[in-house]
This record gives sequence, C-alpha cells and structure tokens, in this order.
Amino acid sequence: MKANSLKTLVLAFCFAPLAAFANTSVHLDRAPDVQGDPAALQNGAKIFVNYCLTCHGASQLRYNRLTELGLTEEQVKDNLMFTADKIGEQMKIAARPEEQKKWFGATPPDLSLIARSRASGDGSGADWLYTYLRSFYRDENRPTGWNNVIFENVGMPHVLWQLQGEQHFDHENHKLELVVPGQLSPEEYDKQIGDLVGFLVWAAEPEAGLRKKIGVGVLLFLGVLFAAAYLLKKEYWKDVH
Amino acid sequence: MANTNYEKYKSDGSVQGNVLEWFDARFPATSMWRAHLSEYYAPKNFNFLYFFGSLAILVLVIQVVTGIFLVMHYKPDASLNASGIPVAFASVEYIMRDVPWGWLIRYMHSTGASAFFIVVYMHMYRGLIYGSYRQPRELIWIFGSLIFLCLMAEAFMGYLLPWGQMSYWGAQVIVNLFSAIPLVGEPLSIWVRGDFVIGDATLNRFFSFHVIAVPLVLIGLVAAHILALHEVGSNNPDGIEIKKKKDANGIPLDGIPFHPYYTVKDIAVVVGFLIVFSIIVFFAPEGGGYFLEYNNFIPADPLKTPPHIAPVWYFTPYYSMLRAMVWPLLGLDAKFWGVVLMGAGVLVIAFLPWLDKSPVKSIRYRGPIYKGFLAAFLVSFFMLGYLGAQPPSPASEVLSQIGTLVYFAFFLAMPWYTKIDKYKPEPERVTFK
Repeated sequence: MKANSLKTLVLAFCFAPLAAFANTSVHLDRAPDVQGDPAALQNGAKIFVNYCLTCHGASQLRYNRLTELGLTEEQVKDNLMFTADKIGEQMKIAARPEEQKKWFGATPPDLSLIARSRASGDGSGADWLYTYLRSFYRDENRPTGWNNVIFENVGMPHVLWQLQGEQHFDHENHKLELVVPGQLSPEEYDKQIGDLVGFLVWAAEPEAGLRKKIGVGVLLFLGVLFAAAYLLKKEYWKDVH
Repeated sequence: MANTNYEKYKSDGSVQGNVLEWFDARFPATSMWRAHLSEYYAPKNFNFLYFFGSLAILVLVIQVVTGIFLVMHYKPDASLNASGIPVAFASVEYIMRDVPWGWLIRYMHSTGASAFFIVVYMHMYRGLIYGSYRQPRELIWIFGSLIFLCLMAEAFMGYLLPWGQMSYWGAQVIVNLFSAIPLVGEPLSIWVRGDFVIGDATLNRFFSFHVIAVPLVLIGLVAAHILALHEVGSNNPDGIEIKKKKDANGIPLDGIPFHPYYTVKDIAVVVGFLIVFSIIVFFAPEGGGYFLEYNNFIPADPLKTPPHIAPVWYFTPYYSMLRAMVWPLLGLDAKFWGVVLMGAGVLVIAFLPWLDKSPVKSIRYRGPIYKGFLAAFLVSFFMLGYLGAQPPSPASEVLSQIGTLVYFAFFLAMPWYTKIDKYKPEPERVTFK
C-alpha cells in the first residue's frame, strides 16, 4: 500500500504536467488598476465583507489595516466588522474548515493571498479574479446550479447573481450572454467587480505601496553612493599602469 | 598563508597604539591583515567576471543576517491553525504583514536565494573559461564544487519552509527520487522524510538543516576556499601565473595589493549589485513567478497535487537531465538512472582539473574546437534550464536528451578535444588596458 501510494505519487508527478499542458492558456480580461483610488478600494472592502466574508476568511488581514484605505477605526467598526469585536482582530469567519468541507465538498480557500496565488503566464492574479467573477453561468447539471467558464465545475455558487443576473454559456462559440438581467447593468457590475478585485490585490500585500515608495528612495541613495564609490575607485586606480 | 615572519606591531606610545600592540602580541591581527589584504597581490587585469566571488560573500552575509531575523518570527509547524492554514505558512505571512520591516527582510532573503545562484553560476563560468581550476588551484575548485553542492542543499531545504504548494510538492518529488535507488531506496526516502509523506517531521528537520547544519558547513567551506586561494594566488583572464615575474622585493610585477585597490573597486561593485538587487526586492520581488512561484502563495495541501510541479529556476537544468533519462537499464528503473545522471551532472564539474589537457588555461589562447564545445555547452545549459521549467512534451524530451548529451560531452570529451586543439602562445605578462 505504502509503496503503491508512493508510486502513484511519482506517476501523478510524471503525468500531471501533461494535464497542465492539455489545459491550454485561457484568455483573461484585464482587471482595472484601482490601487491609487481609495474610494474604489473602500467599496471593494464593503463588497468583500458583505458577500465573501461569510464563507471565505482573510485570516492574514487585520481589521485595523483597513484604516490604510482612508477609513477611520470608527468607520471600520461600524460598517465592516460584523463577526469580530476588536479592531486588531484578523478577518476570520465563524465557520470551521471541517464543517465547510462537509457543506461544499471543498473548503472555500482563505482569500488573504488569492490575488497573488492566481497569477500565471496567462495574466496577473487580478486578471484571473476579474474574469472569474464575471464568468459564472447557469448549469443545471451542477449541484449549485452554477458553473464557471475559467473554473470548470467550480464548487462556489454565483454569490453575486442578484447583482449580475444570470448568464448563459454558448459552448460552441465560447460566448457568455446575459439572459436574465440583474440589479446592476453589465458596466456597473464590472465596476463593482473591479473594485472588489482591487481590494483583494491590496489585501494580498498591504505593504506593496510602501515597498515601492521606499524603493525609489533606496535607489536614489544607491545611485549617489555608486557615483561616489566609482570616483573613489578611479582615484585609487590612477596609479595602476 | 598567514606569514608568521611579519613583524609584530610596535606602539607609537598612543593609547590606541598600546591597545593594538597588546592585541597583536596575542593574536595574528597585523599578519593576517597583511597576508590577506594589504600584501595579498592580485593580478591587476581582473575584468567584470571577477566581481562575482566577492559578491557571493556579500549575498552569503545578506542571507545569514536576514535569516537570523526570519528565524525570530518563523514557526516550523505543519499543523493547521483555527482558520485551517498551516502555522508555518501563516507565520511567513505574519512576517510579511505584522512584523515591522518583515516584508523587506523576507524579500531580501527570497531574492537573495536567486541572487546567490546567479552570482555563483557567473563565478563558476569565470573559473571555467579562464582555467581557474587548473594546477595549482585544483583544491580551490574542489572546495568550490562542494560549496555549490551545499548551496543546492541549502536552497532546496529552505524552499520547503514557507510550506506552500510548491514547497511541499517540490520536496515530495525530490525526496521521492531517493526511492529509485535499488533495495535501500524506499527505507532511505522514509528516513529522510521521517514520515511516509512530507510532513511536520520533514519540515522540522529541514528547518534545522537549513538554519544551522548546512550554513555551518557552507561557511567553513567558504573559509577553506579563500584560504586555499590566498595560498596559491589568484588566476586572471590571461591564465598565466603572475608569480613567475617578480620584482627585487619578491612582489609580482603584475600584482597589486588587494587592499586598497580591489577593496575600493569592490565597494563600487557592491553598490552596483545592490542597485540591481533593490530593483527586484522593491519593484518585482516575485521575479515574474520565478523567484517566488505563484503556486507557493497557496498553503501546502497534501491531498491536492498541483497540475504542474516545476523546481525553482536554478535547479531546472539538472531537473531536465533527470527527465531526459527515459530508458530502464540493467533491470533498473529509468528514474534511477535519471537520478544518477542528475547527480553526475553536478559532480562532473569537480573533475575539470583532470579532464582539461590543454597547454593553456585561458579561453583567450584556446583554439576553435574548445570554443565550439563551450558554445554548445552554454546553449545546452540554458536550453536544459528552460525545458526544466516547462511541462514535459515529446519535443522537449528529445531536446533535453540532446542537451544532456552535449552537457556531458563538454566534460567527458575534454581530455580528447583539448589535446588535438590549436593554441595561441600565451603572453609573458598580463594584458592590461
């Protein structure tokens, strides 16, 4: 049994890449970049808390971090904290992973890093999420009644269906069409998803903005230091013939 | 070698002078300073390929110092926290988000790993083309080969620690290779893991090896590498011995004291390197998915094999050799021979001093046959590296077999082609400007 399982592993390792090869690249829509737009990120946080945070945690992110999006602690407490009572708490969910596994067949992944892990040769993680959240369609063969174009047989139902409406997928032409309109127009829906994805990108690395800002200063300093070091070297090496 | 005949320091009567005299009488301070820096004569014609030795030391220091701070916050624990995330994985994200400047320390360490291999591959290439491995520097080369081996072990075990999907499955694949060894393979791989699969026991032992055992050996080998170098003196792009032409004081005519000449040069080189390093750390720490693989932002899941498992870029040339071997031989699995081939690919480098029969050391005075083999070797090395990162296909299998053949031909046919090649005469003195 033990030897068998190892062999299976090795076999899986040998053939699994073939499967990946067969799964040729998918076209991803480009997500809008809203990192410089606090209002969009705040809106994204609101959608996240209202629609995602019931099943998915963001257990690596603390509520007080949301103040970096231009909100006060009071605003965060009053509008975004439903399941936690301390501002320093992480954005966890009440459901236990084992229970969720029973309910959905798979544990909904923690979304702290989803925008980084979904990056690939096809596009950024944001592009994948932006496409994914706009690619749900009705499929009566699925237990949830929903399927997704870029995530076949996905376990997650279309949580935002009331906003988007219902799409039909034309398998032959590989085209999605809106058959039942939702509360939002397609443009409005895309904007909401863009904000939500922007928030997930921010949440995956809240330090990214600071990192780039500091990087500019570091490079300027090193540039000056290099000039000085180079002149020092030239001065010393004058004697070498 | 630290010359014990150096005069001991004599105080000029000042307080500092007295302290130094006291110290020098009890410790080889000035003699070591002179033997390794102010009176270590290095050839004056070093070119940019000679930067990478000192840069390797710099990267080693970066890795050790950032590593010390990472260990203060990292937890080698595969159990799941209340949110279902492995504690080890969560502790890395804790460093990235909650530890002040943790993101910088962590990105420096992860970028440093890739930088280490870039710098060391360049350093090895320099030794290769200028014949730095030839007599009397064989031992330096052997120490260097052992450093390369240690570095691979260090990188491999360090890569498990973030406990992401690639960490986990990469380690699973590599440790499973041991099971290809006949008779002892299966128990051996279990012994290495401490479990039937990669698990908490594996994580903890890899952590121990990564933070103390391997670095200790690595630093010892680096010291031996430098001591051996200073014993015989540095080679140079002309591949001739500067010690053959000395002035009346016994100083090589083409040598300059390492300090201050190469120390000031290295300061500029270090700053130049740090500029490139900082561009990656601050603006592209994922290195396009090559320095930090995207899949490794997903916590390790023993039940979910990722569709495409590729090792980190610096292992891909050797990984390709492993995959190139598809024929069972002598009743043994193809996989076993793949492992042998991969190991041989690394070890064969250490035998260069005895494979090269040419009368000259440097590529500058070598003939067309060597240059042809070297070009083919470089192409195959890069090709193998590229293929190792790609999912396998029939075409890539054939290409990696050709690449492996060329790689080994460069080494194993060397005794033959370096004998029949044409050579240009070496100069008496080094070429400078």
